[in-house]
Amino acid sequence: MSKQISDEVLLDIHRRMVRIRIFEETAGKLAEDGKIPGALHLYVGEEAVACGVMVHLSNKDWITSTHRGHGHLIAKGGEFDRMFAELFGRSTGYCKGKGGSMHVSNLDLGMLGANGIVGGGPPIAVGAGFSNKFRKTKNVSISFFGDGASNEGAFHEAANMAALYKLPVIFVCENNGYGEYTPQANHQAIVDVADRASGYGMPGVIVDGMDAVAVYEAAGEAIERARNGEGPTLLECKTYRYYDHVGVRGMGMTYRTDEEVEYWKGRDPIDMMEARLAEQGILSKKDAEAIHEEVTKQVQAGVEFAESSPMPTPESLLEDVYA
Amino acid sequence: MAEALEKPRTLPYVSAINEAVREVLNEYDNSFVVGEDVAGAGGVYGYYHGLLDEFGPERMYDTPISEEGIIGLGVGAAATGCRPIVDLMFMDFMGECMDEIANQLAKMRYMFGGRATLPVTMLTMGGAGASLAAQHSQSLEAWICHLPGLKVVMPTTPYDAKGLIISAARDDNPVIVCLNKMSLAIQGEVPEGSYSIPLGEANVVRQGSNFTIVALGRMLHEALKAAEQLKEFGIDTEVIDPRTLQPFDTATVVNSVRKTHRLLIVHEAVRFGGFGGEIAAQIQEQAFDYLDAPVGRVGAPFSPVPFSPALEAIYVPSADSIVAEARKLLGL
Ligand SMILES: Cc1ncc(C[n+]2csc(CCOP(=O)(O)OP(=O)(O)O)c2C)c(N)n1
Ligand SMILES: [Mg+2]
Repeated sequence: MSKQISDEVLLDIHRRMVRIRIFEETAGKLAEDGKIPGALHLYVGEEAVACGVMVHLSNKDWITSTHRGHGHLIAKGGEFDRMFAELFGRSTGYCKGKGGSMHVSNLDLGMLGANGIVGGGPPIAVGAGFSNKFRKTKNVSISFFGDGASNEGAFHEAANMAALYKLPVIFVCENNGYGEYTPQANHQAIVDVADRASGYGMPGVIVDGMDAVAVYEAAGEAIERARNGEGPTLLECKTYRYYDHVGVRGMGMTYRTDEEVEYWKGRDPIDMMEARLAEQGILSKKDAEAIHEEVTKQVQAGVEFAESSPMPTPESLLEDVYA
Repeated sequence: MAEALEKPRTLPYVSAINEAVREVLNEYDNSFVVGEDVAGAGGVYGYYHGLLDEFGPERMYDTPISEEGIIGLGVGAAATGCRPIVDLMFMDFMGECMDEIANQLAKMRYMFGGRATLPVTMLTMGGAGASLAAQHSQSLEAWICHLPGLKVVMPTTPYDAKGLIISAARDDNPVIVCLNKMSLAIQGEVPEGSYSIPLGEANVVRQGSNFTIVALGRMLHEALKAAEQLKEFGIDTEVIDPRTLQPFDTATVVNSVRKTHRLLIVHEAVRFGGFGGEIAAQIQEQAFDYLDAPVGRVGAPFSPVPFSPALEAIYVPSADSIVAEARKLLGL
């Protein structure tokens, strides 16, 4: 299957994943050093989901994101400098410092924001899908949401409406097995969130969310269906977050075992992609290292931009409340 | 249940909340806690710590992320013989469950001609100051004070947190307990055992003769600092913590204004449409002749809570902004 995927696409997915990984690792360190205020929900481990989906999209396709949203924005084309500036609360950030990590967004890229409200995204994605259909575009909207979010009423209302109106919406469930500190088995009586799709009259697809190529293929089918007017899909990606729900601690947690973390790290999406690329002779180990180095420099430049950016002025507090 | 007002110790607010819930679970066999991450994790703020071990999974329930379900569970269980404690992790998430709060919990008794009794205690967390931005920092007490059928308390000290939560649970009406996340580490004396604080009774925290500040929630601590700063201007400030917002203890504020003739109300919530407007209206109705100046109000400006620490610092009222407003009001 993966034969059909061009080298460029594979390399594109790989680079996007590396960009997320290094951004997030750096953001985590900065938060530990007290340089990033507020709450930081890191996407490390889940990169294949955002990137496998996002390479299909243009800036005119919309996405809604979650509290764990940096990866979605980076995969959609977010720039490090303005993202770090936002995380630092600077006026040069994507949201002028008003939103921070949990609300980072860039509508020019088709990114309708990280969201502090679990389950906040799906209804908005339905609205964007409705708009795409209403305005007779061929664009789609994608809602990323967690296993935990699939228990919010908002998700169910959104899924029903999307299927009823045959909207070009893809519900991408990032099932990382936990909602905060509660394992999936303690928050829902099913194992596969995709089972819920049939209750709304849409296909439910399960994919290995650590395998970016598998995500790419499954997302491609769902997006094509949506663009052809065949309605929504629920795509469940089984994945894992390496760090704690919020912040950077990864090991020694009481609600999950270190063995479990190690197991998932053994299926690291970037490692697996690099192994595949090396095997297919597309990207040597050395070239992969060069990409990591290049991205690391870009991340450092982003941090420097943020650190040297001004704080918002007091006057800006009351700006942007109304149009 | 015997009231054991012995041995006050110094405890943080977070531990006082913990003790209160423990007392309630001990006092009522039909009481239990439901909410997100309240059991296994002991709550995201830690105030349920140890209660799963002590009371077991029959009394401490981790729920799905389903706020409407959680509050609805409380309504249905209370109407049929339980005394639930429902936890809403952030007050901002009332958005997810406002129907259960406003249309079910608050009104069921009245709609049913007094036949239903809903002894629900809802613990929720408000307040800005932690760079948690627009959806995790709000003070929305005005939303719920507007709903007949609900009682609303806003404990600010460890002592009040424990006593008011116990009183809330003992009350046969739904009571919403608005906690404050920036107060979790605040220390204060807390008696061992069970004790209650009457709902609807304000506390005159500081006596004064010529100026009154009514301060809601965490603003109490800022108001007390402001009162010290105002001394240098010859102002002797009385500071009142209403503790309960619904029903509101107007009499205590009226009595104070009769003495001091000047009143400033301080809350963290957005000033426009905030609870301070209700207090100001009541005071001008009941103590107009005693007022020597318009009733002043300090609250947040008319914007969502900003993320950037630079903006949040000027957004949230502080001792300095209280002093500045007081000086304007008093012509100093
Ligand atoms: C409406 C609402 N309820 C609760 C929360 C608190 N909260 C933030 S993230 C989270 C867990 C979300 O789990 P999931 O949807 O699986 O996403 P994950 O964090 O695993 O990526 C919770 C409960 C919230 N932000 N919004
Ligand atoms: Mg999850």
